[in-house]
Amino acid sequence: MPIALSTVIDSLPYLLQGSFITAGIVVSAMLLGLVIGVCMAVGLVFGNKCIQYSITIYIWIFRGVPVVVLLFLFYFGLFNFLELNFSAFTSVTIVLGMTTGAYQANIFRGAILSLPQGQFKAASALGMSNSQAIRNIILPQILRMSIPAWSNEYSIILKDSALAFVIGAPEIMARTQFVASRTYQHLSLYIAAGIIYFLLTWAGVIALRKLEQSLRIPGYTHHGSN
Amino acid sequence: MELSPFYQELITSLNRGLMMSIALIIPSVIGGVLIGVLAGATRTFGNPVIRKVGDTYAAIFRGTPLVVQLFILYFGLPNLGIYLSPYVAAVVGFTLCSGAYQSEYIRGALLSIKRGQYLGAQALGFTTFQAIFWIIVPQAVRRAIHGCGNEIIYLIKYSSLAFIVTCIELTGEGKTIATEYFRFTEVFTIIGLYYLALVTVAIFILKKIEQRLYVPGFGRS
Amino acid sequence: MNDSSPILRVNNITKSFGDNTILNGVSFDLVKGEIKVLIGPSGGGKSTLLQCINCLVVPDSGDIELENEQIDFSSKQDLYSLRQRVGMIFQDFNLFDHLTALGNITIALRKVKKISKKDAEQRARVELEQVGLGDKEDLYPAQLSGGQKQRVAIARALAMDPKILMLDEPTSALDPELIGEVIAVIKALAHKGMTMVMATHQISLISGLADEILFMEQGNIVEQGPPSLLLTSGNSSKTQGFCDRLNELSEVEA
Repeated sequence: MPIALSTVIDSLPYLLQGSFITAGIVVSAMLLGLVIGVCMAVGLVFGNKCIQYSITIYIWIFRGVPVVVLLFLFYFGLFNFLELNFSAFTSVTIVLGMTTGAYQANIFRGAILSLPQGQFKAASALGMSNSQAIRNIILPQILRMSIPAWSNEYSIILKDSALAFVIGAPEIMARTQFVASRTYQHLSLYIAAGIIYFLLTWAGVIALRKLEQSLRIPGYTHHGSN
Repeated sequence: MELSPFYQELITSLNRGLMMSIALIIPSVIGGVLIGVLAGATRTFGNPVIRKVGDTYAAIFRGTPLVVQLFILYFGLPNLGIYLSPYVAAVVGFTLCSGAYQSEYIRGALLSIKRGQYLGAQALGFTTFQAIFWIIVPQAVRRAIHGCGNEIIYLIKYSSLAFIVTCIELTGEGKTIATEYFRFTEVFTIIGLYYLALVTVAIFILKKIEQRLYVPGFGRS
Repeated sequence: MNDSSPILRVNNITKSFGDNTILNGVSFDLVKGEIKVLIGPSGGGKSTLLQCINCLVVPDSGDIELENEQIDFSSKQDLYSLRQRVGMIFQDFNLFDHLTALGNITIALRKVKKISKKDAEQRARVELEQVGLGDKEDLYPAQLSGGQKQRVAIARALAMDPKILMLDEPTSALDPELIGEVIAVIKALAHKGMTMVMATHQISLISGLADEILFMEQGNIVEQGPPSLLLTSGNSSKTQGFCDRLNELSEVEA
């Protein structure tokens, strides 16, 4: 067997262990982003001028600054400065969560705006408070509507998580680099890493599509999601 | 106001890095759009074999992280005796990856053009080339511009990965100085502002282009 | 050219898609100034026949002669020149969505006929005026009503100075209240002596304008003759029966 291949096979268990770390980063970041995104979307649509303005600036920053720069800034800079002893894993999760939160805010904002006006009015007419209406009527609808856009975010965050190695989180990419620097089988190892990422991308996309189908309400159509 | 020596050195390096970033971004944007148009058109109109090739290309480059692609180009290819300079590896990686995403938008735009538009042109005596050039392309451009513009913004941000393959651009220059002085917060805040400026200017230009091309009611049906 | 010699000769046209024969040897002649109306059940081949005449759908066999020149179906130049001389109005308009009403008309003049921008615009304004849309030249298709779109489409075809105008159910995609304005434009064209072939279900166009009615069924012309012959009451022609049903339908709708 060529050494390129045997190296990959020998190190596969080690690389695959990294995929658990990668999955941990991605899932926690997506959930953090979900919370940030929903809160900000609600703030953007229902909040006062001051809230809207602050959220817009947050989104502008996190959509405009590269993930690598944010990782360096937070892990070596801000967290250090604030004497927060976050691990690389935690730092990556926070940075990716805040980034995807900025994108998810726009997704959910679009979804809220596409809801027919009557939904909110009908809820108020039944005596629901604003927060009850948002929790019970608005959220269940916009979350369903946003799954396709969410699956797009998932694939972006998964790929961005490969940058965690620059601050040393032991995920797939960091492990691949570690093995490659010892065995000099860069080509085959990085191709193997690429295949793992490829499979994770499609596994997630398919899982989210299944989720979308299982949550589908007969006759319920999207009024446009983006 | 006189800047302290640290900031003088920082700004000088970052400006040098900015030039390198721009030198990476411009050819990659152009190459990405060209490949996107080519791949998008073949994925829409090509015969089944060519279409399959185009789809596979797009799936691979969209399904794997850009940083893995860069590592394969720069650290992997030498295993086959192919050596790329850091700059070339970065531009090739950015172009191929961006082209895959662009092809997706181009394909969507082409698929959304109604057949009647081509039929209408034919009925007036347009040659195939004239119909494509005067009717199909102007409509496809309008439908694709928003997605392609977003992809260009992404590309500007991901140009920050070039330093990983030792092509020292904005992020790379900053990292060197930040490590040397151990002043990450200031350095990376300023780098962040550089990128924000780049991205904001790009968004502004793209908005202007979109406004230029705006046609009332177009693309909503 | 002698007025009675046909301007268009359609000879034994056939067309199939797979096993499905759409046209089964259709022939007719059209002289200058004449108006022929195609009627018959949908799927009878009317639309395909019209599209075959300007080779948007190239016939499998048969000949087409325009102004005594036979069209070579394999020559792209022949097809382009044929289509420039035969105007076509579609059911769903097919206006170019990215161009204004004026731009829709000038684009073919400028790019196909190579007329200068200034002259093309001048010509386009004349045509828009003719169809009563002189004040709408800067509007885009999405800003026009269905009837206005179809009138722009007619102006666009007329600006090319076609020898023949073909209309493929020009009013059937329109809301009932918008049909009148398009019919008025078509009638005005007829009075000016435009040579036309038209597929339509509008009784007023069939009985009021047709010099000859061609009744098509299953890819053949099964009946033909002037309305005075086919549409006299008590006549047992298929055409009469078909028009009676159209009349009933339009009464129900009204």
